[in-house]
Parts: sequence; structure tokens; C-alpha cells
Amino acid sequence: MKAKVYVTLKPSVLDPQGKAIQHSVEQLGFGGIEDIRQGKYFEIALDESVNDRDARATAERMAREVLSNPVIEDFRVEVEQ
Amino acid sequence: MKFGVIIFPGSNCDHDAYHVISKHVGQPVSFVWHKETDLSSYDCVILPGGFSYGDYLRAGALARFSPVMRSVKEFAARGGLVLGICNGFQILCEAGLLPGALMRNRDLHFLCQHVRVRVETTDTPFTNELTRGEVLSLPIAHAEGNYTCDDATLGELQTGDRVVLRYCDAEGRTTDESNPNGARDSIAGICNRARNVFGMMPHPERACEELLGSSDGRGVFRSLASTLAAVS
Repeated sequence: MKAKVYVTLKPSVLDPQGKAIQHSVEQLGFGGIEDIRQGKYFEIALDESVNDRDARATAERMAREVLSNPVIEDFRVEVEQ
Repeated sequence: MKFGVIIFPGSNCDHDAYHVISKHVGQPVSFVWHKETDLSSYDCVILPGGFSYGDYLRAGALARFSPVMRSVKEFAARGGLVLGICNGFQILCEAGLLPGALMRNRDLHFLCQHVRVRVETTDTPFTNELTRGEVLSLPIAHAEGNYTCDDATLGELQTGDRVVLRYCDAEGRTTDESNPNGARDSIAGICNRARNVFGMMPHPERACEELLGSSDGRGVFRSLASTLAAVS
């Protein structure tokens, strides 16, 4: 089983890296871009001893306590078989 | 009075801090490896600058889980003096000993230069030998020094007289140009509610000798020494 954690900056927090990426992408000629925001992605492989519900709870706790900084970031967890 | 300088894997200003305490403050100082947990013999611990754990995940995020950090929390709760410089400030924020977070600099560059900071309060053990409004020239060396916090936290810092240093120009004015990294409200250093935990992005330990371009950093260590002399 795999837990996927997406960490993104809160909408209220400025993302200078995302802005720099957006400028570069626009310079390449890509149009119609409203905004680019950069985030982090984690894949957590879990062994058979962990059931679906535990996997989600574990990944959420990890995301809250380690993978994200709640002052500036939000997170989202997906669990897949 | 005894000082401890904590070494995390990747700390690189530990020897600078040690040098300043032993040579300029003239007090006993020891290095404290991050796996140690006994801080009972210290009056002040310093979390030095550097790149603990290679800044992996987020600057300061992994150092927070070093065994010594649990002891630093207890030490702070007992009223021990804790000074976090640069990466040390980032660690204190990640550990929840100080509010807010340090984000990527506004222009994304690593900044290595002398800046000016204004002393906003002398009501701390780290600035009581300085003068309110005094302008110090101190070096910065960071990529993540852009202090941020929510409105409620900023309000608490302001009304609680907990903003200790602000970036400013030579005349002591806080302007957008004199704010090197985009820090909210030009914040360069803050303290906790009990005022015994202080984090700052500039490096006072690198500015204690005229030969190095400035000795303005001495004021911080002079303040610490006089605070500790008064209680012991």
C-alpha cells in the first residue's frame, strides 16, 4: 500500500519560487497561465501489516507533525492499494 | 555562568560562537553534541548557524527531532537562556519555541552581506546592554530568512514588545529596500513570551572583531554576560 502526501503553501502565503517558475514558463511561450505554485510530494510505502484506515491516519499524522509546517503549509493525503 | 553551543550535523557557526564566548565574554563554554540530553550544567545554550541536516525537508525541520531538542525545550521552560542564530532561529521556529516560520528569501537568492538592524527593545536578556533605536551592522548569510507569521501572531509580537530586531537603513528607518529578504514587518529577531528564548537571522558571533568589519555583535554577548552575572 502506498500513501501519497502533497504539501503546498497556504493560499495566503506568497510563493516566490512558483512566481519565478511561472516567469520562466511564460518566457518559453506558454500562455494562459494564471498562477504556478510549487509544493512537495512524498510517497510512503507501507507493508501488509497496515490496513487502509491506519495508513491514512499514519500518513496524516506524519504530514501534520513532520512533512508540513502548519504555519505556512497545507497538506493532502491519498492512500492507494 | 556556563555556555553550551549545540552542534547538529551540518552546523557550521559553532566554532565562531565558541570563540566569542571564550575570548570576548571570557566564560566557560562547551560544545554539546545533538545526541546529548543533559543541559543541567548550562546557564545559556546557543543554537548556532549552519545547515543542520543539509536543510533537508525545510531549514531546521529535522534538527527539531534531535535528542537534545527535548532537553532544550525543558531548559527553556525552566527559564534557561536560549539564543538561536540563523539556522538556530529556524530550528527554534520549527520546534515551536518561537512562533512563525522562515521562508525562502523574497528574491530567492542566498544573501551573504552586512545589513543594518535596529534594536527595538532592550527588555530582553540578549539586548539589555544595548540602546533602544540603536543601529547595528551585522552580517547575514541565509536563503531562508524571510520571516512570516499570521496576523494574530504579528499582533502578539508587536503588542508584547517581542520584536527585538528589525532590518533598517543606516539612519534606522525600516524601508522596503533595507529589508533584505522580505521578512514580514522587517523582522530580523524575536523573543518568546517569557523573553528567555531569542532567535535572530543576522550573525552577532561573526561581528565581534573590527578586523571582521564590525564588532556590533558584541552587544548581544555583553548583554547575556551581564544578565547571567546578575543572577549568579
